[in-house]
Amino acid sequence: MDFNDTAVEATFREEVRTWLSANIPTPEELKGQDYIGRAKLWQKRKYDAGWACIRWPKEHGGRDASAIDQVIWNQEESNFDTPDSVFGIGHGMCAPTMMAWATDEQNKKYIPKLASGEEVWCQLFSEPAGGSDLAALRTRAEKDGDDWIINGQKIWTSGAHYSDFGVLVLRTDPTAPKHQGLTYFFIDMKSEGIEVKPIKQISGGANFNEVYFTDVRVSDSQRLGAVGQGWQVALTTLMNERASIGGGGGGVNFDSVFDLATRVNIDDAPAIKDKNVRAQLATWYAQESGLKFNGYRSMTALSRGEIPGPENSIGKLVGAPKQQDMASFALDLLESGGAIWDPELSDAAGMFQATYMASPGLRIAGGTDEIMANIIAERVLGLPQDIRVDKGIPFNEVPTSNS
Amino acid sequence: MNFEFSEEQNMLREQAQGFLASNCSMAVVRRVLDGDEPYAADLWKKVAEMGWTATVIPEEYEGLGLSYLELSVIAEELGRALAPIPFSSSVYLATEAILAAGSEEQKQAYLPGLAAGTSIGCFALGESAGQTSAASLTTKADRSSITGVKIPVADGDIANFAIVVATSDKGDGASLYIVDLDQDGVSRENITTIDPSRSHAKLTLNAASAQLLGRDGEGWSHVQAILNRAAVLFAWEQVGGCDTALNMAKEYAMSRFAFGRPIATYQAIKHKLANIYVKNTLARSNCYYGAWAISTDAEELPIAAATARVSAIQAYYYASKENVQTHGGMGFTWEFDCQFPYRRSKLLATNIGSEATWQDKLITAIEKQRAA
Repeated sequence: MDFNDTAVEATFREEVRTWLSANIPTPEELKGQDYIGRAKLWQKRKYDAGWACIRWPKEHGGRDASAIDQVIWNQEESNFDTPDSVFGIGHGMCAPTMMAWATDEQNKKYIPKLASGEEVWCQLFSEPAGGSDLAALRTRAEKDGDDWIINGQKIWTSGAHYSDFGVLVLRTDPTAPKHQGLTYFFIDMKSEGIEVKPIKQISGGANFNEVYFTDVRVSDSQRLGAVGQGWQVALTTLMNERASIGGGGGGVNFDSVFDLATRVNIDDAPAIKDKNVRAQLATWYAQESGLKFNGYRSMTALSRGEIPGPENSIGKLVGAPKQQDMASFALDLLESGGAIWDPELSDAAGMFQATYMASPGLRIAGGTDEIMANIIAERVLGLPQDIRVDKGIPFNEVPTSNS
Repeated sequence: MNFEFSEEQNMLREQAQGFLASNCSMAVVRRVLDGDEPYAADLWKKVAEMGWTATVIPEEYEGLGLSYLELSVIAEELGRALAPIPFSSSVYLATEAILAAGSEEQKQAYLPGLAAGTSIGCFALGESAGQTSAASLTTKADRSSITGVKIPVADGDIANFAIVVATSDKGDGASLYIVDLDQDGVSRENITTIDPSRSHAKLTLNAASAQLLGRDGEGWSHVQAILNRAAVLFAWEQVGGCDTALNMAKEYAMSRFAFGRPIATYQAIKHKLANIYVKNTLARSNCYYGAWAISTDAEELPIAAATARVSAIQAYYYASKENVQTHGGMGFTWEFDCQFPYRRSKLLATNIGSEATWQDKLITAIEKQRAA
C-alpha cells in the first residue's frame, strides 16, 4: 500500500498543476463581475485550453480523460482559489443525460456551449407533490401538433434564475401508473410562460427557486427518450447526481472545531482539555478519516481501471449530519456567544452559525438522509423495496396529500 | 494511489475464509462457550500449521517474515469467524512485545515457539477496575522476581508465559518482564467474563521468577508502542465481526415475516442495517489506514491506530446490539448465535483500552502532531 501516483498519473498531475499555476484568474481580471460572470470567465479559459469537462469525449469539448485523471484534476484545482462554479448541475447531470439520450445534432449544438460555460443548465425534477417520491410529479404536458404544452410547478430548482436551459420530467399520461406516464424533455428557460421565483431559505440565502409553467410550449424534438419513458431517462440524471455530489464539503470540520476548542474555555481551561470535548472530537475525526480513506480506496479502484465499490455511497449520509452536529457543538462551545451571528462579532466570522443554519438543507438536497439509507439498504445490501401502495394504480387514482 | 490489498493478499483472504468456513463455524464458538475447554485447541493447532502465528516473525526466528498487511487479512478473517483461540494474546501482544523489546537471546528463546504455535503468550497489564497507568501499577519486581496480581489476563490460564507490566522507579515508571507461567510462584485462576468463548484468568505472582524485557524504566513507552500495533490488529478483528453481525441481521430480516411481509421491507429495519453498513465501512477504511501505518512504520501510527480503534469499537458495538434487536425475542435466546458478536464486541472493546481511553489518545496524538 502507498499513497503515490503511478508514473503516468504523476506526469498528468504535474501538467495540470503547471497549467493551473499559470492560468488562475487574477483579482484584476475578476474585478467588477458578479459570481456568474466570474464562473463563466474561468470556465471559458479552461475550455479554450482543453481543460474543461476533461472526462467528456473530445468531440463534445472534453479530452477523453480517465476517471482517475478527473480526480487528480479536482484535487489540484481545489488547491487554488478559483471562482465558484455554477455549472455543477449542467456538467454533472444534464450533459450526461443529453449525451445518452439526445440526437447527435442536438449534442453538437448544446454540449460544447455547456462545456465552455457559455450556457448554464438546470434540472427541473422536484415538485410540491413529488420530492423524495419524485415520480409522483404532476406537472402536465399535453400534445399539441408538433409541440407539447406544459402547465404546473417545479420547486427546489438550483440556479433556475440564471440558467439558459433546463431538463425536466413531465406527466404526459395521468391514467397510466405513476412511473409509466412520464416523459423527459429539455427546454429553453427563456420560453414564454416560465416564471422563476426564488425561495428564501432558513439560512437567509436563496439558492433554489420555484418555477411556474403556464401554457409553455416545447417542441417534440426536445423530447429525450420515448413518450412514457421519462422515468428511465431520469434515472440517468439521478445516477449522475449521486456521482457528482460529494461528502459534506468544507466549512465546519474537525480542524475548525478543534481550533475553536483551543480558543474557548471550559472551567477556566481551554475546552480542548475537557474529556467530553476530546471524546466528541475523536469520534468526528474518525468519521472524517473514514470518509477520506474510503475516497482513497475508490481512487485506487479508478487508478486500476476498476469501478469503485459501494463504500462510495455513504459520503453524503455521513457528511451532512456530521456538519450539522459539529456546527451545533461549536455553538455550544461558544456558550452565550454562540447565538451571535454577525460577521464582525461572531467567532470565525460567523462560519459556525452559517453552517448551523445551512446544514439542515445538506441533509435534504440530492436525496434525504432517509432516501440515502434506503439506497444503501436496497442497492448495497440487497434488501427488498418497501411495499408501495400506489404500484400498478393509474396515477390519477393514487391518494394524495390533499385528498 | 495504491490503497488496496495486493492480489496475493486477496488470495490469502480467500484461503483463510475457506479454511475458517470449514474449521470454525459458529458451532465451534458455541462449543467453547458452552463447554469446559478454554479454547478450541484443535483449531489453534491447524491455525499454527497454516503458519498464521508465524506471519510477521522474521525468518531467522522460524517465522514467515511477511508483512502486517498479511496479518491484517488474517485478523479480519479470524474476527469474522469469532475464532475462540488465543491468537490476539499470543500474536498481536506477546509476539509484538518480544519483537519490540526483546534481546537477541530472548527472541531466539521465544519467537520460534510462538511462530510454531507450540508456545502461547499472553499480556498482563490490568490490575483492577478502571484505567491502568504507569502510576497505578502495583506489581513490583526486582531483577529476577516479580510479585503482584494481574486481572483480567486474556488467555492467562492457558498461556505458557506472560508479558507482565510492573512498576519501576526509573524512567517512565514501568518495566516489562517475561514470566513463565508454569512455576511455583504463579497461581492462575480461571475467571468468568462476558465472553466465555475466550478464556481469561487472574494471575497471582508471588516472588515468581521473571526476566526483564527491554530496559528498566522504558516499559510504559513499550506498552504504548505495543498497544498501538495491537489496536490496528484488534480493529481488523472487530470489523470482521461487524460483517458477521450485519450478515446475521440481514439474513434474518429477509426470512422473518411480520404483518404479512419480510421485516427487511420495513424502513425501520432497512435504516438500521444501512447504519450498520455505514459504521462498518468507515471503520474498515480506517483499518486500511492503520494497516498502512503499521506496515510502513509510519510516524502517524499513533493517530492511525487510535482512529481505527475508536471507529471499530463504535461499529462493532452498534452492529452487534442492533443484530440482537433485529432478531427480536429470538435474538435474546441462548439458542441463537446473536449473543456471540454481542459478547465479543464488548470483550474486544475493553481488552486493550476502552473507547474513551482511545478517544483521548487520538486527540493527544493529534495535539502532538500539531505541536511538532
